[in-house]
Amino acid sequence: MKLVDEFRDATAARKLAAAIARRVTRPWILMEICGGQTHSIVKFGLDELLPPKITLVHGPGCPVCVTPVELIDAAVALAARPGVTVCSFGDMLRVPGTGVDLLTARARGGDVRMVYSPLDAVTFAAQNPGREVVFFAVGFETTAPANAMAVVQARRLGLRNFSLLVSHVLVPPAIEAILSAPDNRVQGFLAAGHVCTVMGTAEYGPLAARFHVPIVVTGFEPVDILQGVLACVEQLEAGRAEVENAYARAVRPEGNVHAQRVMREVFEVVDRNWRGIGRIPRSGFALRAEFADFDAARRFGVAGDAPPESTECISGLIMRGVKKPHECPAFGTRCTPEHPLGAPMVSSEGACSAYYRYRLRKPAPAAANV
Amino acid sequence: MCLAVPGKILEINGEDPYFRTGRVSFGGIIKQVSLACVPEARVDDYVLVHVGMALSVVDEKEAAEVFTYLKAMGELEELATPPPAASS
Repeated sequence: MKLVDEFRDATAARKLAAAIARRVTRPWILMEICGGQTHSIVKFGLDELLPPKITLVHGPGCPVCVTPVELIDAAVALAARPGVTVCSFGDMLRVPGTGVDLLTARARGGDVRMVYSPLDAVTFAAQNPGREVVFFAVGFETTAPANAMAVVQARRLGLRNFSLLVSHVLVPPAIEAILSAPDNRVQGFLAAGHVCTVMGTAEYGPLAARFHVPIVVTGFEPVDILQGVLACVEQLEAGRAEVENAYARAVRPEGNVHAQRVMREVFEVVDRNWRGIGRIPRSGFALRAEFADFDAARRFGVAGDAPPESTECISGLIMRGVKKPHECPAFGTRCTPEHPLGAPMVSSEGACSAYYRYRLRKPAPAAANV
Repeated sequence: MCLAVPGKILEINGEDPYFRTGRVSFGGIIKQVSLACVPEARVDDYVLVHVGMALSVVDEKEAAEVFTYLKAMGELEELATPPPAASS
């Protein structure tokens, strides 16, 4: 496919890896905060293509993984109510709450539907005025414009049977939380490309300056990721800590101002619980008071307190880059994608799940699979 | 989750800016996509689409730049590499 295949070119990837090897003189630890990038890195073996001095650690970049258990429980409870249809992205359906996941709720007779887009859920609500349609709105800044637009469209269509169960999180507060931790070891960040497509790059300048870390906006294909790593390594070796854009075909410095406008109209910034990490101040979105009618948590009185999480899971250490998935004693034994103990194993984009899928059953490959 | 896929706009529909949509081809698979956040998008443009919503028009010039850069890097490498010693 045009604008995809060329960025998976093995020769180009090797050329970049060789350039990175030539620049590196000291060990560096870099973190990406995007499940899509984590998945690409592990799937294509990009970390194994890099010189041993470069360690890639994987941040809390999977919004499905960090969606708090109490909100999954709320979605499951809503699905059990007569007259309610819960619509969700497919990867949210298998994530267990305290008890069951949404697929099980469906097997028990609940009306749970997988949709490709929140806008499809709006169409479904318009076509089924007798049902209460709840969209489980999870995601980072990338997904927020579509979720916000769904609310705007529902209001313009005069729908009274559409609402969002919101679990929106934001990347810059997560970076700040990671860098503020006393045991932090991350020295440079690959910023999530599509988050920046929406938000632009302005939010990252103060973080780069305050913590003296390079932050390089990076895409998703192997060539993109290696380009991001190269730019980050060049800055680290030169002692620079700047915001740099290695994904210029998709990211403008100002982001998408139209998307930002609709997000600001519908959402406000609030504190959020991150599964496996805990509460981070001003780290997510909730619906503004003007859109309270579209808030499923208020409409149905769901979303209770956070239940205690597994004490064996070290997801907090993994998502802050302190440990790698295979360093967890439960990895692949007591904790698997079928029976996850914690956040990074619950969705295919979680770091533990990616390592389980691509690393558990084979010896470390000698060359990248690009 | 944050994956966005580039696709080519075949047709644009809708007067209301909040409901502006396009028929977009992803390597032959055609989907209806909201263009509400990319008012500048025109037919034949490539847009990055995430959960049914176009988030940006792909800058094809910038996409090509990456490979110009890689090519230049390759040429520099060749300059930096000493020629192979003559076989004895």
